[in-house]
Amino acid sequence: MEAATTSAPAAAPPAKKKVTDRAKAERKLAWMLCAPAVIAMIVVTGYPIAYAFYLSLQKFDLRFPDDKEFVGLANYGDVLTSSTWWTDVFTTLIITVVSVAIELVLGMAIALVMHRAIFGRGPVRAAILIPYGIITVVAAFAWKFAFDPTSGFVAGLPLISDDAQPLNTKNGSLMVIVLAEVWKTTPFMALLLLAGLALVPDELHEAAKVDGASVTQRFFRITLPLMKPAILVALLFRTLDAFRIFDNVYIIQPGGALGTETVSILGYNVLINRGNLGLGSAISILIFLCVILIAVFFVRVLGTSTAQQRGEA
Amino acid sequence: MVVAAATLAACGSSEGGSGARAINWYVFNEPGGAYDAAVDDCNKQANGRYNINYVKLPTDANQQRELIVRRLAAEDESIDLVGMDVIWTAELAEAGWILPWEGERRTVAEKDKLEGPLKTVEYKDKVYGIPFTSNTQLLWYRKDRVDTPPDDFTWDEMIDDAVDKGTAVEVQARQYEGLTVWINSLIAGAGGQIVDQAGNVKVDDSAKRAAEVESKLAKSPAAPPGMSTNAEDQARQGFESGRSDYQVNYPFVYPSAAAVGEDFQKNMGWARYPRTDKDEPSRPPLGGINIGVSSFSNKPDLAFDAAECLANEKHQAIAAEKGGLPPTTESVYETEQVKKAYPFADLLRESIEAAAPRPVTPAYSDISLAIQKTFHPPESVDPDGIVDKLRDRMEKAAQGKIF
Repeated sequence: MEAATTSAPAAAPPAKKKVTDRAKAERKLAWMLCAPAVIAMIVVTGYPIAYAFYLSLQKFDLRFPDDKEFVGLANYGDVLTSSTWWTDVFTTLIITVVSVAIELVLGMAIALVMHRAIFGRGPVRAAILIPYGIITVVAAFAWKFAFDPTSGFVAGLPLISDDAQPLNTKNGSLMVIVLAEVWKTTPFMALLLLAGLALVPDELHEAAKVDGASVTQRFFRITLPLMKPAILVALLFRTLDAFRIFDNVYIIQPGGALGTETVSILGYNVLINRGNLGLGSAISILIFLCVILIAVFFVRVLGTSTAQQRGEA
Repeated sequence: MVVAAATLAACGSSEGGSGARAINWYVFNEPGGAYDAAVDDCNKQANGRYNINYVKLPTDANQQRELIVRRLAAEDESIDLVGMDVIWTAELAEAGWILPWEGERRTVAEKDKLEGPLKTVEYKDKVYGIPFTSNTQLLWYRKDRVDTPPDDFTWDEMIDDAVDKGTAVEVQARQYEGLTVWINSLIAGAGGQIVDQAGNVKVDDSAKRAAEVESKLAKSPAAPPGMSTNAEDQARQGFESGRSDYQVNYPFVYPSAAAVGEDFQKNMGWARYPRTDKDEPSRPPLGGINIGVSSFSNKPDLAFDAAECLANEKHQAIAAEKGGLPPTTESVYETEQVKKAYPFADLLRESIEAAAPRPVTPAYSDISLAIQKTFHPPESVDPDGIVDKLRDRMEKAAQGKIF
């Protein structure tokens, strides 16, 4: 007995080692199974990012191939000291904050409807998802035409002045852009929130009801706190998307005219229109860094966890 | 299956052909069928020596340029001929993407051409294309509603008259190349220029004059609805809808007017582009397409031959008749075809000869973008600060900085 008990811990290390060998083999196998995906990721994302960073350190204009030279961080200095960049960052942030805020409220309402829908659940969910299935460029054109004073129906609506030309003013254009963005991506928000809503146990609601809690109290005291992880993930995804907004602006106010230029439009103008690869790449890398900052803010400061969301859903 | 095969065939042709005799011509999609006719005719004449494929580019001038620049920068061998907007010459030539026309070729390219269009193919004393079609803007007005404009009609007089009569003046003031076209003509009309012969940025008080005209119109009741987002087509529609009695625009508005109604075209008058200053002749805009030969073509000799054929007098006349695109060769204006298509052929030719070319510089797209940003939106343009603002942006643009 004694020998057996003492031999047990003694036997443990070799046994553990044995497991380690096996684990090693398994880990190796896992790596090999992952390898194609990892290699694909490196090729399609790692390489372009690294190449963009390399380009951003050079003075390199497509039209002046002979003037190519290494300039270090000079391009970043140019961008960060220009008022254009900061104006565009500000415009982008306004579009992001306003559209994501509206989407959150609307998305929550729609999620509650989808969650509570008793009959026709499938059709209701499908109908709500339609805008998300429409190509952004097509949707943007639809909104642009709707607000056009000559071809659109909006100017003909009651309560709206026939002379209203929202696309002729900065604020009007931003409003139409936010509207198009909200219309298009609210379903996505609603879907993510719906997943979170499904996690709230009905028993809690029933118990609260018995205790005399009102509908509002139950929503703010039970539903919202339990949904916090889902809400944060939804906000994170949408904020990252909204910050990179391009197509809506490109269609609704071509070239980012009337002060609607966002950082992505600026990057496009410099990179594609002006053919300035060095400066344009610096802008791209800066946008990339902004996106990382937003993600870090959500994960570290607000404690968003995508794993939690995945695990529970 | 049939549909699939047809689609595949269509894809094949739009991507251009291959083979030892195929010449791919990348140029905008001309809806009137004039380019198709020229291509067919040249292929017939070539008798198998070469076969031109007409590869259609988007109608938007910016998108055309982006596509061409991207492909040429990648040394794409599938492009043999480029249908170049008049403003691309310096950019493509400086980058070494198009071949100069030398010796005999140069003589053919320059032969009998109007002065204005010829200037647009020259860069650093060399010729980089053959002028094919030209374009300019005229002042169109309603004969039944306003008086015949005098020879020295100015923008100020036109705006005042439109305000008096409670009508509008149609212009192109969206933030795009058309705005540069307008501003460039206003500046040249005040005796100024944006970039000098040597390619240096020259911004003086003429820019202030241009801003004064723009701002005067934008702030007056004669500003058409949607002015800051209107391009050529919105201007045409505005004029056809009757909301305005004046419009500056390209000649395509004339055939279009025939579709509006019986008397509409009859009541449409034309005059030379308005003056910026009373005692300076006006400098109308200059547009058009030149044909250049790509440096990466595998068969430059055939490509030069094909370009010469495409841009010949016969095809210029067809382009004028079917596409509403004014010729670059002087004698073509005398043909019956052109005289019939354009009752205003003489005015057109006079305008093209007097036209103000846009700046000839490899950094043209940067310069143009800087002009567009500075002069937009029209109602917020402040003539007093514009000279410094424009100069600052232009210098940053020329140095490849952000603006």
